[in-house]
Amino acid sequence: MRIGVPRENEEGEKRVALTPDVAVKMQKLGFTLAIESGAGADASYSDEEYEKAGVEIVSDPKELWSSSDVILKVRPPKAHPELGFNGIELMKRDQTIISFLYPAMNGEMLQEMAEHGINALAMDSVPRISRAQKMDALSSMANIAGYRAVVEAAQHFGRFFTGQITAAGRIQPAKVLVIGAGVAGLAAIGAAKGMGAIVRAFDTRPEVKEQVESMDAEFLMLDFPDDEDGSGSGGYAKTMSPEFIKAEMDLFAAQAAEVDIIITTALIPGKEAPELITERMVANMKPGSVIVDLAAEAGGNCKLTEANKVVKKHGVTIIGYTNLPSRLAAQSSQLYATNMLNLLTELCPEKNGEIDINMEDEVIRGATVVKQGNITWPPPAPRISLAPKEDVGLKAKAQLEVEEQKPAHPLAFLIPLVVAGAALFGLGAVAPTEFIGHLTVFVLSCFIGYMVIWGVSHSLHTPLMSVTNAISSIIVIGALIQISSDSLVVSTLAALAVFITSINIVGGFAVTQRMLRMFRK
Amino acid sequence: MMNSGIITASYIAASALFIMALGGLAHQESARRGNFYGMLGMAIAVVVTIIGFVENNEVLLVGGIVVGGIVGYILAKRVEMTQMPELVAVLHSLVGLAAVFVGWANALEHDTSLVGIALSIHAVETYLGILIGAMTFSGSIMAYLKLSGKVGGKPLQLPGRHLFNIALGVIAFYFMLQYMDTAATGGVLELSIMTIVALLFGIHMVAAIGGADMPVVVSMLNSYSGWAAAAMGFMLGNDLLIVVGALVGSSGAILSYIMCKAMNRKFLNVIFGGIGQKKSAAGPAGPAGNAEDIRSVESDEAADMLLHAKEVMILPGYGMAVAQAQHTVFEITKKLRDKGINVRFGIHPVAGRMPGHMNVLLAEAKVPYDIVYEMEEINEDFPNVDVSIVIGANDIVNPAAQEVPDSPIAGMPVLEPWNGKQTIVMKRSMGTGYAGVDNPLFYKDNTRMLFGDAKERLDQILKAIS
Repeated sequence: MRIGVPRENEEGEKRVALTPDVAVKMQKLGFTLAIESGAGADASYSDEEYEKAGVEIVSDPKELWSSSDVILKVRPPKAHPELGFNGIELMKRDQTIISFLYPAMNGEMLQEMAEHGINALAMDSVPRISRAQKMDALSSMANIAGYRAVVEAAQHFGRFFTGQITAAGRIQPAKVLVIGAGVAGLAAIGAAKGMGAIVRAFDTRPEVKEQVESMDAEFLMLDFPDDEDGSGSGGYAKTMSPEFIKAEMDLFAAQAAEVDIIITTALIPGKEAPELITERMVANMKPGSVIVDLAAEAGGNCKLTEANKVVKKHGVTIIGYTNLPSRLAAQSSQLYATNMLNLLTELCPEKNGEIDINMEDEVIRGATVVKQGNITWPPPAPRISLAPKEDVGLKAKAQLEVEEQKPAHPLAFLIPLVVAGAALFGLGAVAPTEFIGHLTVFVLSCFIGYMVIWGVSHSLHTPLMSVTNAISSIIVIGALIQISSDSLVVSTLAALAVFITSINIVGGFAVTQRMLRMFRK
Repeated sequence: MMNSGIITASYIAASALFIMALGGLAHQESARRGNFYGMLGMAIAVVVTIIGFVENNEVLLVGGIVVGGIVGYILAKRVEMTQMPELVAVLHSLVGLAAVFVGWANALEHDTSLVGIALSIHAVETYLGILIGAMTFSGSIMAYLKLSGKVGGKPLQLPGRHLFNIALGVIAFYFMLQYMDTAATGGVLELSIMTIVALLFGIHMVAAIGGADMPVVVSMLNSYSGWAAAAMGFMLGNDLLIVVGALVGSSGAILSYIMCKAMNRKFLNVIFGGIGQKKSAAGPAGPAGNAEDIRSVESDEAADMLLHAKEVMILPGYGMAVAQAQHTVFEITKKLRDKGINVRFGIHPVAGRMPGHMNVLLAEAKVPYDIVYEMEEINEDFPNVDVSIVIGANDIVNPAAQEVPDSPIAGMPVLEPWNGKQTIVMKRSMGTGYAGVDNPLFYKDNTRMLFGDAKERLDQILKAIS
């Protein structure tokens, strides 16, 4: 199958859905690749690099759209500013598009896709389960956005992040508050920590406390009587009760007066972003402070945020960029393309260059929003694993088995001693003294062997075996005693025994020596 | 001729030297001295015996020693360290064969000075000595064939094999009683039948044991060769043989015990059970996870993970020996340590095909022994480990041993790389280990699979990090 990658035509979008690196791996799945000329230019990937990676360069976007079996994109298709087509109208039955599609907001687009009878997979609808992490483009983009948010904040913040004591006086470290400790929030915490700032974080989901603290940031706790848990489905938070929100707002008001930089990342799926930073709080912040609002596209967590703009209100810089990943285009393209590659690997299990949209597969089912002209969004609720139940059964079974074992009688250990004693006594009564003498030597030697061998280091067990091998050839003594026999058979047998034990003695000691010489500190 | 007091005194000295030889192996520092004591003890014993007992046939004697010595020396110099288990098995078989020859020679001499109970005891000693010797001989040959891959590693499971073993035991016992009567004059028939029975038993016993249980078999044969020597000692009334036989016998027995414990299996279960039987009782173990959960990486990504780690743990298994990858492993170790990354090795007691196999391979590759740790020493350290690399091992890193109560390997102590941050598993394919149990480790979130020939892959990693 042929995969085509058009140039993104959205204003300010610098990312591209395929990088030369990933292209090489994608071809291993059996696909042929084509890319629109200049598609990677904004992300610093030149046409030559793609060509070197085996990708065909196509200059006419119309041809690309109509001739590719699979179209890979970053942004949902949108009318071309110059040529005036959005791409979907050029697609025919059974062609497939994979991109961010935001199906909840783009009902009309889904309808248009369905009319053309194509398949559409939305990268933003990949279910957020552990198996699908490698395809989770939302997370990889959020990670970049979080990092970039700190870089943007640093750009507009007039001071250092890290504290220093210099000859020219003491520099206070910057205090950063991160609201919402999801993927983006955690990335922001990491980046700000890395630059030396004091970082605090807040989230309505108490389970992220550990993650925040593992990154050496301080987790702000709400002094709230009821333990309200804000965990919703799919790793997002849900809307909280009015009492909870009041307590939360008090906390933010107190923090706003104290911190230098606020980075907000609070989003609730399918809803406008919650307003967390009021105009009053902004006014209370120190002049020169910075707010980075990662929820700008969904209305913003701060009242004064203006999408896609940097504004200065009450002496505070408020950054409302909506497409931070695009500002790190080379990196985000690479991660996005890898997410794409992982999804295509799932779609093409045979590695034969054919994709199979298998609706039985939970991940593929979740991502597919249009299949052969039918809108399949939203997907059914995710399956819940039954594994824990089975586990309990197994444990119970194991416990039963343990109980069935009878405890040993406390005097049971005496039985073998008594038997051995009786056997010795019986033997002593009939055997000649010479035999008993040998037996004494034998038994004592067994004990000596037992004591000595336990001391041998585990790592020397192989040399131990070869050396015991060599010394067990002490049987040679038996052969030496017999070799002078008058009987030809006996002396021949003895000579053979001497021959083979000599192999053993010399071989055993020599190989031990060789091994021991190798052990070194 | 030498006075018998001097001979006995020399034997006491030799016995003491042998004990010191084994004692010396307690530490790497004293091990070479220990080996030297062993050689000295052997030299004293042989020289004194030759001076004391040999009256004629000197040519045969010297010829045997010289030719045998040269053969042994060549064997020892030529053997690859990966083939140590095979060499040890061959050497065991020679001890067994020598015991058979010496036993037969002694039986044919017909010591006429013995009467009554002493004669019976002597007959039993001879009989048992040959029996153990023959079993050791054929069992070791079979073990050699299995270890060198000339015979498949799968356990041979004859129908009614327990009955077969019991029948052989009964026959051997019956002819022992017969031999006690006929030993003074003839007994060739009884001894011949018994020798054949013992050879059969040895072959069958080892053939019924699977590849992963080989460390137990090799140590068990080691033990048998010792008991054979001890039986010869009783037969000849020679305390030196008895002492050495008992030392070697108990040494092998302890090694077998350690190996069994490391696999959480009963000794008799290994010898007579065969792990296949246990598995069929528990039902075939299904795959431990979804194939989609497996994340594979390429060598350069693995190299990258290593370069970004501070603590690296290498966990080698038999696959490293098969691929002869130990030298590359050391090159990688050196490179990483030069970059300030702490690299250590974790060795499971039954990794490889004989006790201590991995240690010898790593030593051959010049890995310093103070960064090579035993399982118990390092298992607690895994939470601090950034990257663990499993090279050609499966059962010894299988979390099923702890997590799945009815798994065939349940309760076996295992290395716990999954407690570390990331694990790279190098494997040829998704095949199961010798125990035939799927490994949930491969499906864990923090595990990455690196498929392919270990040597090739490690060479690529080495190239990527240098």
